[in-house]
Amino acid sequence: MENEFFFNYDTMPDPMDRVDGKMKVTGAAKYASEHPVEDVHYGVLVGSTIARGVIKNIDTKAAERAPGVIGVLTYLNSPKVPGYDAGGNPVKGRTTGQPLRVFYDEVIYFNGQPIALVVADTFERAVHAASLVRTQYDAEKHSTDINANLDKAVYPRGRSNDYTRGNADAYKTAPVKIEAEYIVPVEVHLPMELHSIIAKWDAEDKVTVYDKTQGVKSTQRSIMQAFKLPEQNVQVYAPFVGGGFGSALRTWPHEIAALLGAKKTGKPVKLVLGRDQMFTMVGYRPYTIQKFGIGATADGKIIGMSHEAISQTSTYEEFTEGTVNMTRFLYDVPNVFTRYKIIPLDVSTPTWMRGPGEATGSFALESAIDELAYALNMDPLELRLKNYAETDPEKNRPFSSKFLKDAYQLGADKIGWYKRNRQPRSMQENGWLAGYGMSTGTFSASRGNASASARLSADGKLVIQSAVADSGPGTATVMTQIASETVGWPANKITFELGDSSLPPGPTQGGSTTTSTEGSAVHAVSVALQKKLGELAIKASPGFSNAKTEDLVFDNGKVILSTNKTTTVSFTDILKHNSLNQVEVTSDSKSLNDQKYSMYSFSVHFVKVLVNPLTGVVKVNRAVSVADAGRIVNEKTAASQIIGGVTGGIGMALMEEGILDNRYGRWINNNFADYHVPVSADVPDIDSLFVNKPDPIINPMGAKGMGEIALIGFAAAVTNAVYHATGKRIRSLPVTLDKLI
Amino acid sequence: MQPDQQPPCPHEENACDHKHDDRRTFLKKSSFLAAVALTPAPLIKAAEKKADEKIAAYFETVPVNLEINGKQHSLKVEPRTTLLDLLREQLDLTGTKKGCDWGQCGACTVHVNGKRVLSCLSLAVMQDGKKITTIEGLASGEQLHPMQEAFIKYDGFQCGYCTPGQIMSAVACVREGHAHSEDQIREYMSGNICRCGAYRNIVDAISEVNKGGQNI
Ligand code: FES
Ligand code: FES
Repeated sequence: MENEFFFNYDTMPDPMDRVDGKMKVTGAAKYASEHPVEDVHYGVLVGSTIARGVIKNIDTKAAERAPGVIGVLTYLNSPKVPGYDAGGNPVKGRTTGQPLRVFYDEVIYFNGQPIALVVADTFERAVHAASLVRTQYDAEKHSTDINANLDKAVYPRGRSNDYTRGNADAYKTAPVKIEAEYIVPVEVHLPMELHSIIAKWDAEDKVTVYDKTQGVKSTQRSIMQAFKLPEQNVQVYAPFVGGGFGSALRTWPHEIAALLGAKKTGKPVKLVLGRDQMFTMVGYRPYTIQKFGIGATADGKIIGMSHEAISQTSTYEEFTEGTVNMTRFLYDVPNVFTRYKIIPLDVSTPTWMRGPGEATGSFALESAIDELAYALNMDPLELRLKNYAETDPEKNRPFSSKFLKDAYQLGADKIGWYKRNRQPRSMQENGWLAGYGMSTGTFSASRGNASASARLSADGKLVIQSAVADSGPGTATVMTQIASETVGWPANKITFELGDSSLPPGPTQGGSTTTSTEGSAVHAVSVALQKKLGELAIKASPGFSNAKTEDLVFDNGKVILSTNKTTTVSFTDILKHNSLNQVEVTSDSKSLNDQKYSMYSFSVHFVKVLVNPLTGVVKVNRAVSVADAGRIVNEKTAASQIIGGVTGGIGMALMEEGILDNRYGRWINNNFADYHVPVSADVPDIDSLFVNKPDPIINPMGAKGMGEIALIGFAAAVTNAVYHATGKRIRSLPVTLDKLI
Repeated sequence: MQPDQQPPCPHEENACDHKHDDRRTFLKKSSFLAAVALTPAPLIKAAEKKADEKIAAYFETVPVNLEINGKQHSLKVEPRTTLLDLLREQLDLTGTKKGCDWGQCGACTVHVNGKRVLSCLSLAVMQDGKKITTIEGLASGEQLHPMQEAFIKYDGFQCGYCTPGQIMSAVACVREGHAHSEDQIREYMSGNICRCGAYRNIVDAISEVNKGGQNI
């Protein structure tokens, strides 16, 4: 462990404003579809209108003749994607199966599947021409309703099936037990930036794309594999990404479609999905049914738990997530059983959405804990503390750090947990029923491979580069701070450059790992830069010629000789003494694979709701969320992560639900008027608190992840509060008013 | 229900390729006649399609005068072009965002004659003679508008995509006198979706600007 390089948080200044803030508030930040590209043409995708079958006839003549149209692509005339014929997964997500091959053949797998791309010289003309494409199908009977297909649930291929610790049925014979079923419906990521790409072939075998992606390197790799191109011939830019929440984690068919359109027409193609297409083409959180059993002794020691989940996937890919995993380690329970199955349906493939499976699983687990607490007539927080896992009961090893008890305490104090009347339906405020609820969240913390370069110029500018993308958390800001602190160089002279696949490889932004993974690379390159400057000082700076590297101290932009503290030289003078305009270093940071510890971030959510007794309207009146995410590098951006997760959690709890018309396998509410997401009036004042104690194992900064835990568990805190307010237990999200009256 | 009983896709009922042909045939003839007088025969055929498109495009456009961020623009735009697409696709003013194109998200908010307007629901030709302010026109040179400053100070954004719309709405919200309490701000800012969930901080930023009492 690199304790010797431990990041000294205490000397950090007040939370820094975002380094890209000015770009974002002035409109100067360029998102994927906004880069000026000469002679750009517009692509509009046509979706299938059946959910299963084959295309019998597709007539593009009218579209081709429409004004401004320079090409209409279908499976009949599309350029070939070499990677498609090689089999395997050319545009690979971390799913098994065959990702959808766009314009490959006549087979239809879901309603809204892209079947044609119209390219025209203006957006309006492309939209109109797309409406002229006529398609006839041989439709087959489709299945899109998970509840009507429960008998088709299967174990995912290649995954270990059930998990059993102790006796799977132990909970059933416990003195107090709860058995319940919980439903989380489809939720859709819907980042505000529509998924967009500009694809431009610079030569037959060379392409540049401006893309909405959470990973510039992973997008580059997908395109390399699809078109069999060498790395240097695929350039991906994503300097600004307008949100993602998981939807931009993999390369989707529309991206390949734009590349094909550009290839076919010889023009750069800009393709922006419509909001409705965001429901069918870039994934969603799958509908999941969970059965939960839990049993305890009369004094609240949990004896056993059983957690079974059934989730949907497409017929062409198996999407899986860690829905039942946290049940195995969050509480100290001797007997645990988990099972996870999927049902293939005639729908598009789901994908990870913020707090992926854990957000779904925690709704069941943390609701069941609450139900058990009321059955035991025990405070839900006391029940959690009574079954607190000091070490990981699943893997039988210590946690790298776990300050969940501190988090419980902080949150309970802040919201006044113990001041409430614990009886359900006992509290009122201005004629509304009031209730308090709480829950716990957890998500794995890890560190992957990354590289970064650092270049210090004679004028004092320090540029750090890495091919990472930022969809909102504030990566450039946090990396600037890590570099500033580690190098000892003012933040306002540092620029962190990202969003460009030609830079040293950085991670995909997902799974709450950017600060850990990328931060470690920035830390490593900062240390390497200091080392290099030390060597250069010894080489040419006056007074350092006989110094040994171990005698050098770095402080505030200077190298100091520890044996004679009056001998100092500034970094920029070192360059002068060496007649250098700049010095550049590149460093790799390796993934952490530590088998001695279990690594997780933890969160606690406390919520107060008000419920109108007549109308059933639920308002989240107050939220307090506490993160045990290790050391916090920037409290401002970290707090934003929390309030963002809480806002997403309010959506999950109270309003978000993708509704499919199973007769057609088609979305009913595929727009913001009908699929409700939280707006300002839905979101109360949120207190975001941090335990802010470093994890000694995970990385030099001691920072665990933040993004997922901000959401995980929140929905259960709301339904638990609704129960406290009304005495009514809602086990099917979202808590719409019809469920309360 | 059997697949063949499915209702047609909504576009299909408006299918109108024959009308299209009519218009194009007419234009083709007129462009052809004009072209014949001036061009050697072998070039006509090659040029025909392109020239035809250009002439079609010309007849399809309407003159519009707009003042955008203090600058006069005399433009010719298609009647169906929205103010949003005009700004983003023709004038490279991409600070105004497209989040839905259907008037449901607020990302495209601009000021038209000082009032907040959804530019995706406004046809460009209907703005003739009006003054448009977009996010690019809010600051005075290097000096940020107080609302822009406050958004940075309170971290009123994450990805930044909804931000221009939020700021344009926020400025109007204060000017309208709808920013006197946090609840009022929440209510009058609820037409602007922020999927990153920065609402709490946005409310703080607007409150501060409102309390500052500057003439914004
Ligand atoms: S783009 Fe205009 S309201 Fe969404
Ligand atoms: S900042 Fe990302 S949508 Fe508002």
